[in-house]
Amino acid sequence: MRPSRTIDVSTGLFVLLGFAAILFLVTQITNREFVLRSNSYLLLAQYENVGGLKPGAPVSMAGVTIGRVAEIHYDMKLYKAVVVMRMDGRYNQIPKDSDASIFTAGLLGGQYVGISPGGSDEVLKDGDKFEMVQDAIVLENLISKYLFNQAGKKSADAPAADPPAAKE
Amino acid sequence: MTSADRPATVGAVRPAADNVVVLRGVHYAVDDKPVFRGLDVSMCRGSVTAIMGPSGTGKTTLLRLITGQIKADAGEVLVDGLEVARLGRLDLYALRRRMGMLFQNGALLTDLDVFENVAFPLREHTRLPESLLRIIVLTKLHAVGLRGAAALMPQQLSGGMARRVALARAIVMDPEILIYDEPFAGLDPISMGVVMRLIRSLNEALGITSIVVSHDVREIAQIADESYLLSEGQVVASGSPQQLRDHPSPIVKQFMEGLADGPVPFHYPAPDYREQLLGGGEGA
Amino acid sequence: MRAVAGEFLQSFLSFLERIGRLARFSFQLLALTPGGLLRGRLLIEQVYNAGALSLVIIMTCGLFVGMVLGLQGHELLQRFGSVEMLGSGAALTLLKELGPVVTALLFAGRAGTALASEIGLMRATDQLSAMEIMAVDPMRRVVLPRFLGGAIAMPLLTAVFVVVGIYGVQLIGVQFFGIDQGQFWSQMRGSVELRDVREGLVKGVAFGVACSLIAVYEGYHADPTAEGVGRATTRTVVISAVVTLLLDYILTALMI
Repeated sequence: MRPSRTIDVSTGLFVLLGFAAILFLVTQITNREFVLRSNSYLLLAQYENVGGLKPGAPVSMAGVTIGRVAEIHYDMKLYKAVVVMRMDGRYNQIPKDSDASIFTAGLLGGQYVGISPGGSDEVLKDGDKFEMVQDAIVLENLISKYLFNQAGKKSADAPAADPPAAKE
Repeated sequence: MTSADRPATVGAVRPAADNVVVLRGVHYAVDDKPVFRGLDVSMCRGSVTAIMGPSGTGKTTLLRLITGQIKADAGEVLVDGLEVARLGRLDLYALRRRMGMLFQNGALLTDLDVFENVAFPLREHTRLPESLLRIIVLTKLHAVGLRGAAALMPQQLSGGMARRVALARAIVMDPEILIYDEPFAGLDPISMGVVMRLIRSLNEALGITSIVVSHDVREIAQIADESYLLSEGQVVASGSPQQLRDHPSPIVKQFMEGLADGPVPFHYPAPDYREQLLGGGEGA
Repeated sequence: MRAVAGEFLQSFLSFLERIGRLARFSFQLLALTPGGLLRGRLLIEQVYNAGALSLVIIMTCGLFVGMVLGLQGHELLQRFGSVEMLGSGAALTLLKELGPVVTALLFAGRAGTALASEIGLMRATDQLSAMEIMAVDPMRRVVLPRFLGGAIAMPLLTAVFVVVGIYGVQLIGVQFFGIDQGQFWSQMRGSVELRDVREGLVKGVAFGVACSLIAVYEGYHADPTAEGVGRATTRTVVISAVVTLLLDYILTALMI
């Protein structure tokens, strides 16, 4: 027949190349966390304010991502936000008294949950709740705190500052 | 082909054979322009029937009505007793497998070589083993005298050769009806002779019905059993080539003898000559 | 005044008619697709036609685009003092936007015009008509394999474009500007997620279907003359470009 053999071979090569490229993209340039699905377990934490924390945000310990925020919802009875985290099954030795706080990555980066380990012998199991939490830092609260602080300092110094003016 | 070696069967009236193709009272218009106004044509089984007429009378349209590519606005188109317009897709395709058509420019598939082109219908419609398929294709190519060209590509063929390959392809499924759309157009005398011989001999050898659309009066006269002359969307004359030659009607005469002027005027409609020249500035 | 309104109505109606025809054509093709995937021989030839033959131009352009991204990106990021982000930024840009869109435009220009002109020429030389008469459905034999070939080839070409592009970025960033290789790749790994790859591929598939459909449609409905085929190829490129960018917006909005 005609050069259909060349066509077949070339097409095969092309398809192979295409799939190899896809494979490369999927494995080499993404963070390989898609293993997370298997043997994962859930942990909860309740917050007064979650700030800008979003589902999908990383949950890390000592800077290493060991889980993801799966879901955030508001509990009407507790009047608190409940954050559900899906943890990598490999890291299932988190002490029961560990702290789960909401931090901000970089200056203006996204927010994530950072876990500081406690000293308890017991570990958190699937469905357990973090007892120690720290809310997200909201900028407005920070500013008003600072101003309040400053105002407090000023009134402490005020009498000393007044007399020069009263002399007039 | 001179009249000396024209087969004796040409022009002979066949006894009461059935009509394979019948068009009755067919009306067809394109964009409000009528192409056919009550057309009546019938083709006898086993005959070579010619359709002639001045350019633009819709001869190709007639063929498309027969193959079912277009539907008439009114009237009947019957092929082997079946009304073409009413057939569902599958039945229409089944009917088309019994027909073969030779296009004016061959219409060979340009990405396949000669062998593959002829084999095309077989590959699409049958599951013949390769060896059998090869024999059939080579036989048909031999019938048209091009068995040696099996490996060439359509681009390498001359016009006449391309048409012959297309003919081989048209007969590869052993059709009952063969349609030729302007088979002589643009051919040199030798190729024309070849095609004429093929049309006639295939008709005899395969016992098929041939329909030839052409305006080559001399060639038709040598191979057709019956001819129809179309003009203005109707049949103006029909009969054997001899009968047409002796026909009294002026339009038939003009066509058959190739006269420059007559019922089909030489001059395209234009305003008065004198006025236009002397008046100046009006019109083209 | 009435005449203008009347003309407007007419052109609007014919526009609707066109859309209707295109929709009908697309549904026909879609209905035939399952059967079409079985005709291996034809399909392979068309994937070769649309894909393998476009590889050279895709890879060349991918490399250049990547290199330009590297240059531009480096220059821009330097102003903000975050040159290490070059890898991530370029990879994300390529993966989510530049890759699919540029590949689609190149595809329309190279493969799209080839498809349109092939089919258009077949129409002009009566080959499609001959097929019909030989009781072979030209939609199945000619149009469908070409459409599927293009639709399959496009996402693969997109992936190749992005990979070659990233190589181009790397070439400029690491080899030329001296960004630390380890940092380059680790930053990239840190910011590119699986869903970004998914987005890019989804776009590749969508653009592939769209551009192949347009090419095949224009060719099939071309005027059976030399100018008709020429016009069909021009329209293929123009309409493919517009539709690609429109789809790009829609898909981006949906997936973000």
